[in-house]
Amino acid sequence: MSFRVEHISKTFGEVQALDDISFSTSEGELFGLIGPDGAGKSTLFRILVTLLHADNGEASVAGLDVRKEYKKIRQILGYMAGRFSLYQDLSVKENLQFYATVFGTTIDKNYDLIKDVYAQIEPFADRLAGRLSGGMKQKLALSCALIHRPRLLVLDEPTTGVDAVSRKEFWDLLKKIQQEGITILVSTPYMDEAAMCDRVGLVQNGKLMAVSDPAKLTLREGTRMFVFSSSGPIYQYLGLIREKAPDASAWLFGDEIHVLTGQGSDMEALGKEMHKWDVPGLEWKESPPGVEDYFMQLMAAESLSDPLFPPGAGEQKKR
Amino acid sequence: MTENHIISVHNLVKKFGTFVANDHLTFDVKEGEIFGFLGANGAGKTTAIRILCGLSYPTSGEIVVAGYDADREREKIKQNIGYMSQKFSLYDDLTVSENIRLYAGIYGLGRREIRQRESELLQRLGMEGIMNRRISMIPLGWKQKLAFSVAVFHKPKVVFLDEPTGGVDPITRRQFWELIHEATREGITVFVTTHYMDEAEYCDRVTILVDGHIEALASPRELRKSYNAKNMNEVFLQLARKAKNGMQ
Repeated sequence: MSFRVEHISKTFGEVQALDDISFSTSEGELFGLIGPDGAGKSTLFRILVTLLHADNGEASVAGLDVRKEYKKIRQILGYMAGRFSLYQDLSVKENLQFYATVFGTTIDKNYDLIKDVYAQIEPFADRLAGRLSGGMKQKLALSCALIHRPRLLVLDEPTTGVDAVSRKEFWDLLKKIQQEGITILVSTPYMDEAAMCDRVGLVQNGKLMAVSDPAKLTLREGTRMFVFSSSGPIYQYLGLIREKAPDASAWLFGDEIHVLTGQGSDMEALGKEMHKWDVPGLEWKESPPGVEDYFMQLMAAESLSDPLFPPGAGEQKKR
Repeated sequence: MTENHIISVHNLVKKFGTFVANDHLTFDVKEGEIFGFLGANGAGKTTAIRILCGLSYPTSGEIVVAGYDADREREKIKQNIGYMSQKFSLYDDLTVSENIRLYAGIYGLGRREIRQRESELLQRLGMEGIMNRRISMIPLGWKQKLAFSVAVFHKPKVVFLDEPTGGVDPITRRQFWELIHEATREGITVFVTTHYMDEAEYCDRVTILVDGHIEALASPRELRKSYNAKNMNEVFLQLARKAKNGMQ
């Protein structure tokens, strides 16, 4: 069972939220949609979960058309919305029971599927959902999305605003759910989470810029990436590098500077120049790109990095 | 204020009923540094920041921010700091220019000064062309940069940034940090929280809160070394896993 999106477009007033998006997932795949806020991720998800109609294009879930067969889709699909959508004045257990009943099932019947997630919040079964911490709300929402044993799962930014530890735990849980044969479509603004997906689609300003296996990202033909590091602070050299290598793009990455060369960049000359600056413990080497490097190159190629009014960059209708 | 300490916290305790949100926090923030304040959800970051900003008061402890006592001179603190968060920053239905003037007015800047600094700022941000556009109509990345500039418009001694870069694209995120670095050159001290661990590397010093107390406080380089970690993410995971409070 998989998702299929063909030439989907959607506008809200003047804002083009989605611009001719096409992709499909494979059966049992963990597919990540990665992009900043306002890129169009939530809009696309709302179309796929049959809550919103596209202006143009077609989409299907498990071969079922999102317009015509929405009732069937809702039976086999689990959806976790970007905002906490559970009943704040019901308890943890009541929320779960409610969702189970709506889908004509019981907690007991599907307990094995939600066990790993739900066990972590079960000690607080009687607490009101509105009084849970962020990480616990997230686990309850996931339990509720899973309680009817869906075949496909759509998770809209489940890890936004969640700390690094809870994020890691959440992804470990997703991997387990995937092993049950459930196809998962998940969105995130955190680029480092791309590595956890089988494939990722990178979105910006309503456009799908690329789809790739996160382990096989390749830079544009004729461009290379170099990583500079030192044994001291490195920020002060950023401006100098940009000055000496105007064709390249240089950005801070933690305690390193990543330099993506353009066609005319002379890295040997830059390397020699840097040795003159007496950077303590200077090291530089060519390196394969990470997701952020890759994303940034795509952004620059679409000249969307920082123009005054990138297409569709206005405020989007929020979920 | 101790010599060149813009924030000085000694034995800060904050209790809610029997729950101890901040458990004897002690640290200093030096003038002009970028100070990272990290911790898992529920570790007590927000509670401490609210006290440091004069929005809440400590149960006990001696806390001095920008020269004022965090228990008795909270109004003074508010006047002498800047604050920006991802959730609340600018008014969506006011224009770029109106937002700048509103905040400047609240902080008591004079009309002439506002006019002069506003045009300087718009020029620096390259936003002259959109000064009359409503905030709801400008891209998120621009909003973040403007929100930061507005937070330091009145030239506070210290600015508090609460998850300032959540959800923005990787280029804007980096441009934002370059703005932060620029601000420190002008002598502004930066107190920042983030969930992006690569951004922790940009801080001069980082403190990691676990269950309401300080588990580590050092430069990122020292922390990586003492926890034998490749990067700050690994340091954070090692430390935050010790948490007992947070059934997250």
